[in-house]
Amino acid sequence: MIFAFKPVVLWTDALIFALIAAIALFVWYTIRHEHLRAPWRKVMRSTGGMMAATVLSVYVLIGILDTLHYQRALPLEKQTAEMRFAPEVLSVLDALTEPLRLKQERTFSAPFATHAHSKETMQGADGTTRRDYPRLKFGGAHLKNPQTERAADVARGVLQGIALGALIWTLASVILTGIVAAHRKTSFAGTSGALWRGELDVPWRTVLVTLGGLLLVGCSLAVLSGRYHVFGTDKVGQDVLWLTLKSIRTGLVIGTVTTLVMLPFALVLGIMAGYLKGWVDDVIQYVYTTLHSIPSVLLIAAAVLMMQVYMDTRPEIFDSVTRRADFRLLFLCIILGVTSWTSLCRLLRGEALKLRELEYVQAAQAFGVPRWKIMARHILPNVFHIVIITTVLGFSGLVLAEAVLSYVGVGVDPAMNSFGTMINAARLELAREPVVWWPLASAFVFMFLLVLSANLFADAVRDALDPRARAQVARPSFHWRRAGRQAGSGA
Amino acid sequence: MNAPLLRVEDLRTWIAGNDCDVRAVDGVSLDIQRGETFALLGESGSGKSITALSIMRLLPDAGAIVSGRVMLDGLELTALPERQMRDVRGRRIAMIFQEPGASLNPVMTVGDQVREVLDRHLGVRGEAADRRVLELFEAVGIPDPSRRLGEFPFQLSGGLKQRVMIACALACEPELLVADEPTTALDVTIQAQVLELLREIQLRTGMSMLLITHDLGVVSETAHRVAVMYAGEIVETASREAFFERPAHPYTNKLFASIPGSRSRAERLAVIRGTVPPLTRDFVGCRFADRCDHAWDRCRTTAPSMHRLPDGQTVRCHLYAPECVEMRGRPAAVAQPEAVPAIGAGTLQPSNHPLLETQNLKIHFPIRRGLFKRVVGQVKAVDGVSLAIPAGRTVALVGESGCGKTTVGKGIVQLLPANDGVVRFDGVDLANLDPAALRQRRRDFQIIFQDPFASLNPRMRVSEIVEEGMTALGIGGSPVERGARIDELLAQVGLSPDMRYRYPHEFSGGQRQRIAIARALAVDPRLIVCDEPTSALDVSVQAQILNLLKDLQERLGLAYLFITHNISVVEYLAHEVAVMYLGRIVEYGTTAEVLRAPKHPYTQALLSAVPSIERGTQREVIRLQGDLPSPAAPPPGCHFEPRCPRAMPECKAAYPGESVVSTTQRVRCFLYPQK
Repeated sequence: MIFAFKPVVLWTDALIFALIAAIALFVWYTIRHEHLRAPWRKVMRSTGGMMAATVLSVYVLIGILDTLHYQRALPLEKQTAEMRFAPEVLSVLDALTEPLRLKQERTFSAPFATHAHSKETMQGADGTTRRDYPRLKFGGAHLKNPQTERAADVARGVLQGIALGALIWTLASVILTGIVAAHRKTSFAGTSGALWRGELDVPWRTVLVTLGGLLLVGCSLAVLSGRYHVFGTDKVGQDVLWLTLKSIRTGLVIGTVTTLVMLPFALVLGIMAGYLKGWVDDVIQYVYTTLHSIPSVLLIAAAVLMMQVYMDTRPEIFDSVTRRADFRLLFLCIILGVTSWTSLCRLLRGEALKLRELEYVQAAQAFGVPRWKIMARHILPNVFHIVIITTVLGFSGLVLAEAVLSYVGVGVDPAMNSFGTMINAARLELAREPVVWWPLASAFVFMFLLVLSANLFADAVRDALDPRARAQVARPSFHWRRAGRQAGSGA
Repeated sequence: MNAPLLRVEDLRTWIAGNDCDVRAVDGVSLDIQRGETFALLGESGSGKSITALSIMRLLPDAGAIVSGRVMLDGLELTALPERQMRDVRGRRIAMIFQEPGASLNPVMTVGDQVREVLDRHLGVRGEAADRRVLELFEAVGIPDPSRRLGEFPFQLSGGLKQRVMIACALACEPELLVADEPTTALDVTIQAQVLELLREIQLRTGMSMLLITHDLGVVSETAHRVAVMYAGEIVETASREAFFERPAHPYTNKLFASIPGSRSRAERLAVIRGTVPPLTRDFVGCRFADRCDHAWDRCRTTAPSMHRLPDGQTVRCHLYAPECVEMRGRPAAVAQPEAVPAIGAGTLQPSNHPLLETQNLKIHFPIRRGLFKRVVGQVKAVDGVSLAIPAGRTVALVGESGCGKTTVGKGIVQLLPANDGVVRFDGVDLANLDPAALRQRRRDFQIIFQDPFASLNPRMRVSEIVEEGMTALGIGGSPVERGARIDELLAQVGLSPDMRYRYPHEFSGGQRQRIAIARALAVDPRLIVCDEPTSALDVSVQAQILNLLKDLQERLGLAYLFITHNISVVEYLAHEVAVMYLGRIVEYGTTAEVLRAPKHPYTQALLSAVPSIERGTQREVIRLQGDLPSPAAPPPGCHFEPRCPRAMPECKAAYPGESVVSTTQRVRCFLYPQK
């Protein structure tokens, strides 16, 4: 059988690719300009920032894998017929986690469970009925006697995972050390020693330790998830680990694409208001003050519900559920972007107001440089640090906003996995006895890690880019303190 | 000799930098006697402020005293615990800072701020404190003190704020007052008031004063003894008389020679080549050797020690070592003149046809209030200014801050729209031009700004900065030709062409000002408005920029409108002078006329307030009362009338018309027969 497929680019996929291209361009441009590179070098040197960046890049990797969409070819019925593709749109992540996706139980089961969460009426071979916890179809199905064998089996799985993780990690650290050594033009052993003693400018040791921790946990989970539902299953029996992994892309898309939507508004309007002043400033200020005074949840709810009605009445415009969910996600990003540009706009307006009075702007005016050119050449590059700081800080806020909106019911499509829908679904189950805690807990842990590392990274970026943040200087020991102590001890 | 009040011994203060420590103060020793004013003179970065902060132990977090002792009347201050140090600060040593606005708490009334000091150190509260504050305010010459007590800092002018600061400092009758550039942020007439006040208080209370300044004039007016700092060291100490009669150290000599004035008008100003060395490294020889005209081998290998001259003057220079006496007569190595390639025609004959003419120029800023931003008044920044600048000449516009001189400059280069009046360039009324024609005209007049750090975009390379005007005005031909022109311009202002790919932050203040000049020259202007181009620079750097401007004028036949408050620069550079007061020109004439025989009482007061370093010419300072009135509500009649020592009844009634004193000199004052 030939494995044929057709790549599918959804709307949000296209935007994510555009964003990756933009970031690549930005990195390329930054590397060629010393004054732009210097602050990023400072980010690279901060331990917390690099740790957060490592965690973030794992999230981003999962998100990108989940962004590469395709449709599988259907088996050919006749040799002459043209290729037909399954209506189901899958991603590379789906393919990698296919066992997780397909091993669906009937309903709830706890993490590492071998039996269902609630009793069911079962018919024995002898025709008698009894109520008991049924064995799961997939979770621990290979065990003969779960009660006695499970602990040892899990331990074996963990050991295998650790071994696998250690192997990958050793490989990764050798490659990294090799690259660093080539870059520094020193011997491999020397670089390795310097790296582990923490003598390098960039805290690669921190990166490797973080990566090691992530690999050990990740590989153990990977090994065990083949045999158990490590995070349990949800109401319809889907593996919670898989749901969580799928939610990552949604969070990332909301966090980044919204920024993409918001930036043009904030940049253009903010700089125009600050630089041109007069009636332009008045109009823009009135617009954002008005927009800011409407509760954004109401605005978003109204827009999403209108969209919902529109899509429900015209089912023919989307050929698959995935496309439909994707369109709704995009729409949510747009509406979030439209409501969230005001604060950055206000910041940029203030900064532009300050910059326009600076003498280099006036010198350009004295040359008769056109206004748009002054805004592009003199104002924009000098407010860019604010843009970067705000967008990186805003990312985590947007991820949380998605969770809140989905919880309220105006978030992403119910067919789309997201932290918000997971939390919303888990809400009712918390009242069950015994309590179903695992969907909420895993959504919480994954989202918490994402937001925390995004915040830590944003902090490092702000420290490096904000000109007002003072450089941390090594504090020399104070002479008078020493002298004072000596005097004190002498007395 | 009595024991000194303050003795600093071998003080070393380091500031932690990003890469290595900066040895801001590196072995400073000084004695301050009781009742004496000790001036610490130095250019920016010489470590004089850090010395003062070390004495007060108010160093920034990154700084620390590494070694040395500071003895206040036998009490070792560096070893004192912080708790006890707080009792010394304010009680025994008080400090006043450069920026009076930043040193006062904006949300406390000025009375409360003085009361706080009294409460903290003397435990004086209640009515006794009120009485003492009133007494202090009277002592520092604050008019109407009982009303001022309840006012907030923003309600006071700069001069009054500095007086409040002085009242705070004097509240506990300290033994030592550390004044860190106390008058640098003030206008000359206000500076004269404050210096006079400090002198008076010192006579009355007998306190000592450590005066930190970069201004030789201020030193000459107030100090008893002087120490010159260079690169973290004291290079010379002397009594004031000896210092001004026989400056010993080559650096001090150069400083004197680089001050512009009428005596040096014909010649180029002396410049100190190179820059202050970075203080991050160890020095082997003399720190000044690389910039010194007298240096020889010994200077580069051995650090000089302090040599005492017969009259008590001390100098850190090998020239005064007994074994090197023969080197003293040797002629100084001639400083290399800056290579400036000759471009364009020779000296242009100044013509009488004005290149630029303003007639009754008015620029008002509306004051808007309320919800609908209704205009409730006008700040009359420029209120009827008529000027004429002939081609190839320099007209200086002199006045105190807030008089509207910068606004005139911006109005002339069409950065601000005029409310009324005409600006004519080469006979063309600029206000009537349509935007496209105005853009074409812009190449003829350019502007150079005061702050070299704000006038260059930090995100652009030098070549982009210089090129901007050429591309905007569509001149300079192809990119290759423009590149060649940029190299030429950089050479013209004394920078090397390989600096074109650098960013502004890599340059010093003087170099940045050169880049700004190159940017203005790029479009071949015929008039350059220079808005205080040297006031942010040190004297030695100022000399370089002034030389450059003069050279360029001779070579390219440029006309300058030179806006400044520095009279000595005017004397050196200007052909004609216009004196501005509150939006109007009160006196106009040639430099010699206005500076030698001023007619307007304001010009007379302004000139008398300028501290002079020439001791022979002892002159009477005309003290002006109060401050510049607000241009939003100018006094009726003559604007200067409320402060004028020679005011007459008719001055209150109307603004005086123009009186012609000579063919070139005109003045607006009722003392002279009206037209």
